[in-house]
Amino acid sequence: MSTLSLALHDSSTMLRRNLRHATRNPSTLLGSVVMPCVLMLLFVFAFGGTMGNGLGGAAQGIDYVDYLAPGIFLLALTVGAMGTSIAVAVDMTKGIINRFRTMAISRASVLTGHVVGSVIQSMVSIVVVIGIALAVGFRPTAGVLGWLAAFGLMALVSFALTWVAVGFGLLAKTVDSASNMPMILQVLPFLSSTFVPAESMSSGLRWFSENEPFTPITDTLRNLLLDRPVGNDWIIGVAWCLGIALVGYLWSKKLYKRDPRHT
Amino acid sequence: MTPTSPPAITATGLRKSYGDKLVLDGIDFEVPAGRIWSLLGPNGAGKTTLVQILSTLIRPDAGTVQVAGHDLLREPEAVRRAIGVTGQFAAVDELLTGEENLLLMCDLHRLPRQESRRLTAELLDRFELAGDDAKKLAGTYSGGMRRKLDLAMTLVGGPRIIFLDEPTTGLDPRSRRTMWDIIRDLVGDGVTIFLTTQYLEEADELADRIAVLHHGRFVAEGTATELKRLVPGGDIRLTFDSPEQLATAAEALGASDIDEEALSLRVPSEGDMGSMRRVIDRLDRVSVTASSLSMHSPDLDDVFLTLTSQPATTGEKQEAAR
Repeated sequence: MSTLSLALHDSSTMLRRNLRHATRNPSTLLGSVVMPCVLMLLFVFAFGGTMGNGLGGAAQGIDYVDYLAPGIFLLALTVGAMGTSIAVAVDMTKGIINRFRTMAISRASVLTGHVVGSVIQSMVSIVVVIGIALAVGFRPTAGVLGWLAAFGLMALVSFALTWVAVGFGLLAKTVDSASNMPMILQVLPFLSSTFVPAESMSSGLRWFSENEPFTPITDTLRNLLLDRPVGNDWIIGVAWCLGIALVGYLWSKKLYKRDPRHT
Repeated sequence: MTPTSPPAITATGLRKSYGDKLVLDGIDFEVPAGRIWSLLGPNGAGKTTLVQILSTLIRPDAGTVQVAGHDLLREPEAVRRAIGVTGQFAAVDELLTGEENLLLMCDLHRLPRQESRRLTAELLDRFELAGDDAKKLAGTYSGGMRRKLDLAMTLVGGPRIIFLDEPTTGLDPRSRRTMWDIIRDLVGDGVTIFLTTQYLEEADELADRIAVLHHGRFVAEGTATELKRLVPGGDIRLTFDSPEQLATAAEALGASDIDEEALSLRVPSEGDMGSMRRVIDRLDRVSVTASSLSMHSPDLDDVFLTLTSQPATTGEKQEAAR
């Protein structure tokens, strides 16, 4: 077998391992569904009326739930990434990683297995979150192409976030700190156009919101699902994803190549 | 194994330090193929570091190492194909069952599916993990079961050299015996075992050759018998019922090593019948009867403590062995 096919073989073995873990430990998957949904229900039913009216022209005459739901999907992806950090940190702090490192297997397969497994898990949780959104009144008008593009974008976001999450997991010295570090990823959707448009924020925050990755990504996803023109946002959003994925990948690779800590 | 088979491991000038702390101070050694070679040393002596280097986990600062005929730094992949490692902390996947853990190893060794099934069943059977245990998550296993599963996983690739880093630390005596039997069987199959342990009894039981590592250097190397010769002969220990008896006996025997609180004394002996008879004869002459009498010949404990005279932790034991 060639080096590439060996790497693929080992990665698919590791992927099966990670997916089996997910079924053994469903709380991670559940967490990435529950937290975003609770926020969605809270904002739609408790604050929704006021928020919707407050949006005014920015909302362009759409229901608040339609404005909010796409951002909630992205939020679910950041919660899913936290699960990845924890899973990687658990692997790194237990003896099993040393076993893998002393075997004649593709070294990268451990990380690839985590990344592909996490993206699959995130997509599963996204489907559940979308289902709940539909149940509470989310009415997307996108056609098949629009949905495909939306799922492609969400998979890309998940892929990018997951590589960063792997880096956090490798960096963390304990499993606890691995669950805290990705918080920074979860803050970004809150400071983007998820809940309110960037234009409605105070000037400093507005500048941040307009220039952070989640605003163009959220706007693109919303426009795709509501079948509205996406403009240039999608290019900026995709560029952010590719950039974040590359940085996350190189960072993780560097951390992974370090000698294991002396115990 | 032919007598001319090359050594399983050779190392020269192996050196490793973490910051200011020198862990391995330029050591040289050779591990013969098909034997159990034991590395003995107190905690922090550098045992685990040495195993981590030899198993390609970490790089040495200096020195050359050949494992299974391959240079450690230039051909780590070839080394990894020849070795198996069972560490101090069981390297099993806690979220998989025992059976799934073994199947995972089979997959990583790219065995065909049927062969994987067969080998997994065989190993579960051999390590007494078949039946219900095989279907339980490894996270629910007892310490002894985990170590057995860990070793079974190491055996999947059919390694020629197996590193066992403190394989019985924390196990109860029964599990320890089981592990010992398993280890002996492995050598019967021609595998080389590199065993680290802090239990002298374990090294004495299993190892063909023993090296004592202390502060990053080898302070002794040889068979258990050779090592025992490094410390002088043993002694006879006697305990009495009263201080008067102790004093009388001490005078009669000319003993100087007296413990007044424990009402006991020791006299040097060569560990033969003659010296025992002389002690009893002398006590008869002064009409004193010892309440207990025991003969102590040097064991690996004495060797270990003499070679690695460490204060604090081993001080108490040293006192008792003097």
